[in-house]
Amino acid sequence: MQQLADSLLQTGFLQGVPTEAGYALVIAFFAFVLLNFIMLIAGVTSWLERRVWARIQSRVGPNRVGPQGVIQWLADGIKNIMKEDIVPAEADRPLFKAAPYLAMMGFFATFAVIPFGDGLVVADLNVGVLYITAVTALVVVGILMAGWASNNKWALLGGIRSAAQIISYEIPAGIAVITVVLFTGSLSMQTIIRAQGWAPWDWFLFANPFLCIASFIFFVSALAEGNRTPFDLPEAESELVAGAFTEYSGLRNLLFFLVEWGNLYVIGALYTTMFLGGWQIPPITEQPVIQGVLQFATFFAKSYFLVFVAMWIRGTLPRVRVDQLMTLCWKYLVPITFANLIGAMIWFVLFPNGLAIMRFAMFALGVAVTIYFFSRILFHLRRARPRLRLNPIS
Amino acid sequence: MEAAEIHRRLRDKLGNAVEPTLQDGDWPACEVRAAAVAEACRFLRDDPDLRFDCLSNLSAVDRKAADQIEVHYHLFSYAHRHQVVVKASSPRLDPVLPTVSNVWPIANWLEREAFDLMGVTFVNHPDLRRILMPEDWVGHPLRKDFVEPEEYHGISTRRESLLKI
Amino acid sequence: MSTAGIEIGLERETPAGLETEEMTLNMGPQHPSTHGVLRFVVKADGEVMRRAIPDIGYLHRSIEKISEKVGYHGFMPYTDRVDYVSAMQCNQGWAMACEKLASIEVPRRGEYCRVIACELGRIASHLISVGTTGMDIGAFTPFTHALRERERINNLLEELCGARLTFNYMRIGGCAWDIPPGFVKRASEFVEQFEPLIDEYNELISFNKIYVERLANVAIVPAEMAIAWNLVGPNLRGSGVKYDVRKDVPYSVYPELEFDVPVGTGERGTLGDSYDRYMVRMNEMKESCRILRQALGGIPEGPVIAKVPRTFKPPPGEVYVRVEASRGDMGWFVVSDGTAFPARTHIRTGSFSAMAIIEELSKGLMIADLVAVIASLDIVAPEVDR
Repeated sequence: MQQLADSLLQTGFLQGVPTEAGYALVIAFFAFVLLNFIMLIAGVTSWLERRVWARIQSRVGPNRVGPQGVIQWLADGIKNIMKEDIVPAEADRPLFKAAPYLAMMGFFATFAVIPFGDGLVVADLNVGVLYITAVTALVVVGILMAGWASNNKWALLGGIRSAAQIISYEIPAGIAVITVVLFTGSLSMQTIIRAQGWAPWDWFLFANPFLCIASFIFFVSALAEGNRTPFDLPEAESELVAGAFTEYSGLRNLLFFLVEWGNLYVIGALYTTMFLGGWQIPPITEQPVIQGVLQFATFFAKSYFLVFVAMWIRGTLPRVRVDQLMTLCWKYLVPITFANLIGAMIWFVLFPNGLAIMRFAMFALGVAVTIYFFSRILFHLRRARPRLRLNPIS
Repeated sequence: MEAAEIHRRLRDKLGNAVEPTLQDGDWPACEVRAAAVAEACRFLRDDPDLRFDCLSNLSAVDRKAADQIEVHYHLFSYAHRHQVVVKASSPRLDPVLPTVSNVWPIANWLEREAFDLMGVTFVNHPDLRRILMPEDWVGHPLRKDFVEPEEYHGISTRRESLLKI
Repeated sequence: MSTAGIEIGLERETPAGLETEEMTLNMGPQHPSTHGVLRFVVKADGEVMRRAIPDIGYLHRSIEKISEKVGYHGFMPYTDRVDYVSAMQCNQGWAMACEKLASIEVPRRGEYCRVIACELGRIASHLISVGTTGMDIGAFTPFTHALRERERINNLLEELCGARLTFNYMRIGGCAWDIPPGFVKRASEFVEQFEPLIDEYNELISFNKIYVERLANVAIVPAEMAIAWNLVGPNLRGSGVKYDVRKDVPYSVYPELEFDVPVGTGERGTLGDSYDRYMVRMNEMKESCRILRQALGGIPEGPVIAKVPRTFKPPPGEVYVRVEASRGDMGWFVVSDGTAFPARTHIRTGSFSAMAIIEELSKGLMIADLVAVIASLDIVAPEVDR
């Protein structure tokens, strides 16, 4: 983006404008574009989640507003904006009002380094993944503030649980990221992607068993950081009506939920960058525009697949209790992830350029698992077919 | 064990506090004087041949004609699979009975219900307060002479008949 | 219903000079847990509860007093509302109590219709119970799947009596209507299709590690405690006591039907924990399917209702009849003074004891467990408050 701004200032559109103002304009423009894009993603993710969740529960989900209900999120957004703005009487007003914006900032800022293509990135910081890990911690502050400022004991409990959960699970997530960084030698997101290839057997997911384990640990920890089931105790509807967000209504509520759904996408994007080869595409074309579009589409599709997996898990698994959650993190995930890191270090020392046989073996294993999975699905579908035809209204 | 035998043992233990005749029926009933209820229940639970380990039901009946409130204790034994009813009567104006909540823990709530709805006071009950009605309710609803108050916290209890004939 | 009646002493512990203040939380009458209008005043030390004091009475409709005003026949619709999740068994309880008072014998066809209706109602009620247990634990999917099956039962019962929730199907002396043509075939189809689904639900959720961890070893109720607190039904059987009113004090045509009584085994965790109670309900659904098959296969011919006078005046007396409802043995105590109106009705329900025992069980549990315990004890508010 720096080069784009410079080129615009010197020879393009913004000739003659003072440098700082020019930079500011470009930044503002990109921020605006990115904000719209994110809100669109978050909204569509909310629709997708409701449909996926409903189908898993043998319901239909929203299908009225627009074709198949795709603009349901727009209707919900407008409804939320039009709601009455209630601040509880005894609540801490400045904190209460600021909390959603902090959470939004924490989540929005991560998009500065997410690479959508080879050059389609706002700022390719050389501390990319570290920056993301650091900035998502702002979300914790936002949730804690929300829980405290609501003047509601249940909200406070929810906020505290959430804060404890997120900061605990940052450790396995961080160490899993370090495992990847070990193999690329750089924290920058683009470098990590370029260290992988376009073909599945070139992805870090199949590079060696340590990275595979790291990928699972990262996914689980990222789910916990995003307050998703099975770790959604802070928003457990059966106990604390909406956890830390109980007292929020209207636009502020909407912002919190957009943060949650958008976070899903960030998780998917991070996972794609680190383990699924990012935007790498096979070398089919030389045209930069088509390349850019294809890269964007690939990255988007891969991230969205991860988002879909997260929704799928939400529809299937029950919730873990707080002490079990902490036990899982500290007694199981942290030691496993450290052992994994040490194993990865040993592997890296032994095979600094990777081992082709291991890559192909892991890839074959992955393919075998996928085929088995689909065969089981087909088996269940065939078994269920006679019952699926039973119409309940008969 | 047969009901007659249970009755006999109870009478042996408590003497005149137990009525001499056993009331027949599906659940044979022993009438016990009000003051001796707790002792009778404790004996019925602790005696190894009787072992009435379960208080199945505790109901208070308003016998307006006899000016008594009769409390029925339906006892059941899981150990020996026999059953008996213990009845105790108390004057209607101020019914007082000893508590059996230290014999069977469930009696705590059942006695609270009898107190709330019928006005029976249980002596030595750990926590005798209303359970179903609001705390500030006046009167005991299930009594035969209960008159509904005109209003409760400003909400009127009288309403026009919905049938307009 | 304020906390004025409940002492909220702030207990200050001083281990090593530290002061821990208890939080008093209110799990209020409006609550997303779908067990009805219940309230708990929870005194918690952070996440761990010291006590959870139940506050009941929000759904008290003085049904017992109403029976004294509407008479024996007129009370039948009200009995549905005593436990609207499994209303057929409540109907049966009242009908049996009145029949015992007046020594009326129900024709065999009527008894078979009653058994079929009750067992269908039992399956429906257990489906809701296991579904809401799953939902309270966080798995939303079993709930919707269970409700999907319950829809089919609702359709069957709607054919039978016209209503989906509060049936008012039975009358004193038998059943109101005979089974419609084709009902036996449709009900048998339902049973054939439903029974393998119980195994499917078990695979989906019952043996899931997270689910087991949430329920096993939580709120263990030993057998003596269960008996002393008068827990009944699946709660009692989950603690290992093999007692079922249908087998031990048989009524209706249950002596002719063959079925087992599932008992908790402590397979995962300890005997008498929440998981045992949950599994007892899952197994009871299978047994209900078995009963249904036998009953549907052998319905005798004849009338469904005995001749009962329009003004029903049973001789003076009192009767205590027990029915195995979904939530346990429901005791119907009816006192008759010879008039057309009962002198006293008292309904002793299983959820009442279950609510009473929660205060005892909640000591040392976490707040997240409280919801699991309420769900595993299968408490419905209308039964508690009547």
